[in-house]
Amino acid sequence: MTIKTEKILLIGFGNPARADDGLGPALAEAIEAKNIAGVTVEADYQLTVEDSARVAEHDIVIFADASINGPEPFGFESLEAKEYDSFSSHSVEPAQVLALAENLFNSKATGYILGIRGYEFDDFGSPISEKAKANLDKAVDFIGKLLKTKNFDKSQKTIACL
Amino acid sequence: MSKSKRVIIEPVTRVEGHGKVSLLLDENNKVKQARFHVVEFRGFERFIQGRPYWEIPVLVQRLCGICPVSHHLAAAKAMDQIVGADKLTPTAEKMRRLMHYGQMFQSHALHFFHLCSPDLLFGFDADPKIRNVIGVAAKYPELAVQGVMMRKYGQEIIKATAGKKIHGTGAIPGGINKNLSIAERDVFLKDIKQMLDWSRSALKIAKDYTVENLEKLTPFASFDSNHLSLIRSDGAMDLYHGNLRAITADGKKIFDQVDYTNYLDYITEEVKSWSYMKFPFIKSLGPQNGWYRVGPLARINTCDFIDTPEAEAARKEFMAVTSGKPNNITMAYHWARMIETLHSIEKINELLNDKDLQGTDLVVKGKRRSEGIGLLEAPRGTLFHHYKINDDDQIVMANLIVSTTNNNEPFNRAVQKVAADHIDGVAEITEGLLNHIEVAIRAYDPCLSCATHAMGKMPLKVTLFDYQGNEIASKTKE
Repeated sequence: MTIKTEKILLIGFGNPARADDGLGPALAEAIEAKNIAGVTVEADYQLTVEDSARVAEHDIVIFADASINGPEPFGFESLEAKEYDSFSSHSVEPAQVLALAENLFNSKATGYILGIRGYEFDDFGSPISEKAKANLDKAVDFIGKLLKTKNFDKSQKTIACL
Repeated sequence: MSKSKRVIIEPVTRVEGHGKVSLLLDENNKVKQARFHVVEFRGFERFIQGRPYWEIPVLVQRLCGICPVSHHLAAAKAMDQIVGADKLTPTAEKMRRLMHYGQMFQSHALHFFHLCSPDLLFGFDADPKIRNVIGVAAKYPELAVQGVMMRKYGQEIIKATAGKKIHGTGAIPGGINKNLSIAERDVFLKDIKQMLDWSRSALKIAKDYTVENLEKLTPFASFDSNHLSLIRSDGAMDLYHGNLRAITADGKKIFDQVDYTNYLDYITEEVKSWSYMKFPFIKSLGPQNGWYRVGPLARINTCDFIDTPEAEAARKEFMAVTSGKPNNITMAYHWARMIETLHSIEKINELLNDKDLQGTDLVVKGKRRSEGIGLLEAPRGTLFHHYKINDDDQIVMANLIVSTTNNNEPFNRAVQKVAADHIDGVAEITEGLLNHIEVAIRAYDPCLSCATHAMGKMPLKVTLFDYQGNEIASKTKE
């Protein structure tokens, strides 16, 4: 099934001060530098409820995050909206942002998650590890090409796991 | 790997630590002791050692993804002292205040609509499957949209004043690096009436709920406590700057109009073997009696008045419930938080109509110092930043007391009270107990990321120990 791809949002999230946790914002920065038409790029520490309003203004949203134990160098798959309950967390997960966008703003956006495999998360102030940096480079290359071709297919659950 | 195989991507959920509660019972299965634990990662002070002081207002924002603006401004205030900037220009002072009120507005809106309103609208004991923001969206869609849009409005103010939504650079030692253009101002003025209306509505929900359920809420997780906050020189609430005031549970002043650069003469921290998070207390009262609450409830209790008309009228209504005495009802935090939300948007309106925001005199400097202390009232309470530098302008000492740490003892008291009310002779963890502990802790809007510097999800785990210290039950709420 071909998806309407006029407006695409990419949100890279994570804390750049926590080593590989900064993979999401690092990817956002690299993609923004490519200045691809029709693509809006955001970076943040975490996802929050107001991201749902932004998602609702787009046809496709890609959430880019560091992954603790996902595939190497990265995984990329479609995302289903998920309802939730949580204990006093100020942040929300990608699937919950999609659910909020649907519920509050009648969003029809299709969601994807890009999980870039990281390894070091505990050391405050450290840069992205060499191993994770190699994964990041491959993810930037893959997403950059996908955003240019805009060849999204919702029926394909796992888009890439190289 | 086959393309058809579904991979499991487990994202890192960051920023907030997890809450762990342990309850120790006596021989009669009554609660003897309750402890709220957090896991700590104290890398931050080490991280900034050796960094030049002017980088700190930007670097500290990495401490917390929840309230980076509060850290940004508290650090900038400390650095003002380092560069000898004892009085900022009107434009710098007002731009920082606008940033701060934007932060307060969006943070309180997030807490109320996203975290608290499900408890208030569906009840403490409602099924968690509906007692969440999606449940609110389904039953009260207009309210849920209001919450999101209020949050967005505050975030846009932060972006306009700090330069960016994350890693903002607006506040610099001695001032600010930009003013607010007429075009930026007009964008915010266009929606100000709507924001005022929604703030009034949210305040009404919180007030009506508290007043209608006062009998049930008064004992819930409640206890007498001291209260602490910054206060303006004339006694008004001031969320950005002031002197320290502490009062007892019945309103007597413990100290008043204390210059916060002398905070170490009045406040100290106790370390307890079972917790990584320290326990601050008022020195003159000692650790047993000197602990205090901070945040919206404390601020409404400590101030003599609020300098915006609608919030002041709301404060008077709030104080009337306890006949003018300090309100010690834990669940009244929600009402107090919404009074502050209205106050913040009233202040934003006031500032947007002030031509000083378009001024061009942005920075002042004076005689350099080797030490700086910056305090402000963050959304969750009083935030302390204290730094020392060497002759090479590098940080050699940093001490931070974050809002959630100030409320450490009250967390424990709240959990103790709820647990004691639920467990009376039967050693079991019921869903009701879990729900009520959650509601009690949530009233304070804890942000464990600052307090703990930890990563990971924030599940609530409650463990029950018998009088001999053996674990007899454990339940986790994800």
